Amino acid sequence: MTKFREQAARFGADFVTADADRVDLASAPFGVWVDGTEYRGEALIISTGATARMLGLESEQRLLGHGVSTCATCDGFFFRGKRLAVVGGGDSAVEEATFLTKFATQVTLVHRRDELRASKIMAERAYANPKIDFRWNAVVDDVVGNGRVEAVRLRDTLTDEHSDLAVEGVFVAIGHDPNSALFRQQLDCDDAGYIVTGADSTSTSVEGVFAAGDVQDHVYRQAITAAGSGCMAAIEAEHWLAAQEPTARQ
Amino acid sequence: MRVEAAAFPPSRLGGDRPGNLTKGVGVSDHIVALTDSTFDETISGADKPVLVDFWAEWCGPCKMIAPVLEEIASENGGKLQIAKLNVDDNPNVAMRYNVMSIPTLLVFKPGESAQEARRLVGAKGKAQLLQELAEFVA
Repeated sequence: MTKFREQAARFGADFVTADADRVDLASAPFGVWVDGTEYRGEALIISTGATARMLGLESEQRLLGHGVSTCATCDGFFFRGKRLAVVGGGDSAVEEATFLTKFATQVTLVHRRDELRASKIMAERAYANPKIDFRWNAVVDDVVGNGRVEAVRLRDTLTDEHSDLAVEGVFVAIGHDPNSALFRQQLDCDDAGYIVTGADSTSTSVEGVFAAGDVQDHVYRQAITAAGSGCMAAIEAEHWLAAQEPTARQ
Repeated sequence: MRVEAAAFPPSRLGGDRPGNLTKGVGVSDHIVALTDSTFDETISGADKPVLVDFWAEWCGPCKMIAPVLEEIASENGGKLQIAKLNVDDNPNVAMRYNVMSIPTLLVFKPGESAQEARRLVGAKGKAQLLQELAEFVA
């Protein structure tokens, strides 16, 4: 990632490391505002990504970094020899659970349904892993612990009964939300908020505005597919700029 | 203030701005690297608050905040020392402060290494980081 950035800088990219707070996509040059500073560009590529969904519990925020995590690759290392819960039933939950068995003694997958949403091959791998067990029809009502995670309080969705599962870590893998709030009034987005792009293209509903990566992709969501669509967006933006040049130069 | 869009780079081959590289996760002019053996003396000998970034090579969000920390370090170097500690190579300090998630940023006041003055967990944007570090960079 560092090398990509260095290469972009070498080719003349200027970096503004800040959060954009407003955009104007009515017509080119498109406007982006950052803390009151206005930037204008003849083309715009949106690559704001997606954010991991949280459970929305006060205890989850309080214990984030003290046993609650949203990134197994980042934090699995710290849970060697411990018992863990993974919340979720999709591919990423199953992938995280499988990855975490490298460190943890036992991983319990907590899922609100009675079967996995993950692909068959991923699910079968998890079923066959002796370190993974399952709590079906269960949701996390609370994360228990003072200063560090001690348990998750589960509620059975069929019986409404509560029970505590003793764990030292909780990994939340219940999906992602696209970071598209800034653009929703000005670009076509689907029901889940993902920016709609053209077939085999990164073009959006506004000519000259392109979207790449997880903000427009809820299917693949891999670093390499995001990077690939970023490359597509760069090429399409370049074509767009070249086509605008005769008029822009007048 | 209005900033014009940068002109399309004249040279498609680039390579003409070698001095303008953005520093990566490694250590730079403004950031020092700490180890299990240098951590205590650095914190206790500091004359300003020290922000320690607990990171690892395999952590994507750590790499995302690296350039942000670099900017904060170069802009606030007089008030706040920024340091990095690789948790892979230096597990003792990470364990001592119960770091269980990276990136974790711990801020220590001068001489107070027993307990951090602030703990920030996870990747955040520059504006949010500066807001949460306001008392140390004001």
